[in-house]
Amino acid sequence: MAKVYISSVINAPAGQVWGVVRDFDGLPKWTPFVADSRIEQNQPADKIGCIRNFTLKDGGRIRERLLALSDYDFTVVYSILESPMGVESYIATLKLIPITDGDRCFAEWSAEFDCPPNREQELVAHIGRNVFLAAFQSLKSRFGG
Amino acid sequence: MTTRVMRSGVIDAPAEAVWHLLRDFNGHGSWHPAIAQSRIEAGEPADLVGAVRAFSLQDGSFLREQLIALSDREMSFTYCLLDSPIPLHGYLARLQLRPVTDGGRCLLVWESSFTPPPAQAESLARLVGENIYEAGIAALQRHFGGAVPASREAAPATGVAAAPMLAAAAPQVVLSRPATRSTLQSAGASLAATAIRVEQYGGPEVMHLAEVTVPPPGPGEIRLQQTAIGVNFIDIYCRRGDFSLLQLPGIPGMEATGLVIDIGAGVADLSIGDRVAYAGPPIGAYADIRNVPADLVVRIPADLDDRTVAAAYLKGVTVDFLLQDVHSLKRGETVLLRAAAGGLGLLLSQAAKAAGARVIGVVSTPAKAEAARQAGCDEVLIQGRAEPGPLAPALQALTAGKGVDVVFDGGGGDTYAESLDCLGLRGHLISLGQASGAIGARDIDQLVAKSVTVSRPNFAHYNLDRETRRQRAARLFQSLRRGEIKVWPATALPLEAAAEAHRQLESRSNIGTYLLLP
Repeated sequence: MAKVYISSVINAPAGQVWGVVRDFDGLPKWTPFVADSRIEQNQPADKIGCIRNFTLKDGGRIRERLLALSDYDFTVVYSILESPMGVESYIATLKLIPITDGDRCFAEWSAEFDCPPNREQELVAHIGRNVFLAAFQSLKSRFGG
Repeated sequence: MTTRVMRSGVIDAPAEAVWHLLRDFNGHGSWHPAIAQSRIEAGEPADLVGAVRAFSLQDGSFLREQLIALSDREMSFTYCLLDSPIPLHGYLARLQLRPVTDGGRCLLVWESSFTPPPAQAESLARLVGENIYEAGIAALQRHFGGAVPASREAAPATGVAAAPMLAAAAPQVVLSRPATRSTLQSAGASLAATAIRVEQYGGPEVMHLAEVTVPPPGPGEIRLQQTAIGVNFIDIYCRRGDFSLLQLPGIPGMEATGLVIDIGAGVADLSIGDRVAYAGPPIGAYADIRNVPADLVVRIPADLDDRTVAAAYLKGVTVDFLLQDVHSLKRGETVLLRAAAGGLGLLLSQAAKAAGARVIGVVSTPAKAEAARQAGCDEVLIQGRAEPGPLAPALQALTAGKGVDVVFDGGGGDTYAESLDCLGLRGHLISLGQASGAIGARDIDQLVAKSVTVSRPNFAHYNLDRETRRQRAARLFQSLRRGEIKVWPATALPLEAAAEAHRQLESRSNIGTYLLLP
């Protein structure tokens, strides 16, 4: 299984950042690479099992299922159903941890998936840098660094 | 009614370095200002799950806590209170580190749950959160050299009447460097260590494991707990007595990675817990603990592991000065590289190829030829016990009779003449070593036949000052982190098998590098 782990510090209280990232349908609002998004079957975005269907600014389409959501632990877990990346059994976890020293927020995003061995390094680098880190950087600038 | 307390903070140091300090269940006295003394009961190791630490605070209170869980993988440990003068009933706490991959820092999360008498719940939560957790986090932040965030308030003295235990610790204790050193158990003390000792020059059998005593570091020195030791051919030359670098009795070795465990006077820019590497004299790396000049070491980036660095540092720096300062390769130059599948050879092949040279490697077996090709050699010649013939005919064919522009040769006396033979006009022979023995006296006048240059560089002379060492390390680490150089997995042997490592290296059976693990 390939593994990706990216973490960063965002200069805003965890509760505030959680308000933004908890919206499973909200990727266009806080990531730089998603054009638009909808929840299939008109389900609420915090219903466990709902599926988000979104398009990337470069044209790709992705469908992901919400597996877990915790307002207590500030955690979202989801899996990829379809994507142009060619990954299998892809499960990702986005989690916030409050940093009481300074009332800031630690954000970590991890994923595990299967893929052909010769693509692993490239996929790990792409997901880590162009998806997770890019999204965190977008969040950081939104919240002032 | 369960009370939960959590405090967290960012520490400006890589998670591994902070974890190395934190994971010592008996080491809290070296970083937490409230702790006076601590010991593990029953002489058990501090990382034995179930171990009990018995400790006293600055105000004389006495407590006992038990280690319930420890995970190096998750960088966390869990413990509970067994005995305490205040009613923190059922107190169970967990401390965890998480790396901030976006910058070499880490997050420390300290949390607990307990069931206090309801009337005291609020004040006890404040005591735990502020006097234990916040004070501890702030102390660690200072210990690892980061600035304390502006949000920190002074003097968190709270509910003194309800918490006499920590009243003495209430004023923030500022841990300046000298105080940190004096609370470290090892500071000021000589330490028992294990090292390889050589009492007479000779073959691998002259190396013995011995108990040694390492004094506290002197001015300008640091004491290291070493984690991986790089084995290099210079160690073999020193052991044989080819050079006077190893005085008898002495400890061989020129390269290692380790953690700083003690700092001598006048060392300003290193902290206890820093993960560092060094290459070069003074000799003495074949040990689990040793002192080195602080100027010699460089910090290791958080995303490089010790074994990769110990396998690649001295050799990588060698490649750097060879190609930056001894012979800057031009595109299209032809390089003959002996021992192309050795530890140095594999790195030099890659670097020469990246510089645009045509690289012809020389190895002694077909298996090595494959490794040399993977490292970038355009052609590989096999010259070994099975096929001992001269190189010149094959090289003449490969170079259309012109010979090569550069030869990198660590063979010494046995290979010198042939290497000269392989050179073309105005060629450059760089003698890197003397595996077969010294080159000795040779006829300089013969060099005029082809206008040849011969170099015999000495590692130390190309790494004389700290700034040069840092720049070479920075270039090497950047290449490693970017994946521009491949480091073959090293063969790791325990420190006591140093003689075996030398035997294998001298028998020319190896592909890549050897490490000794203390």
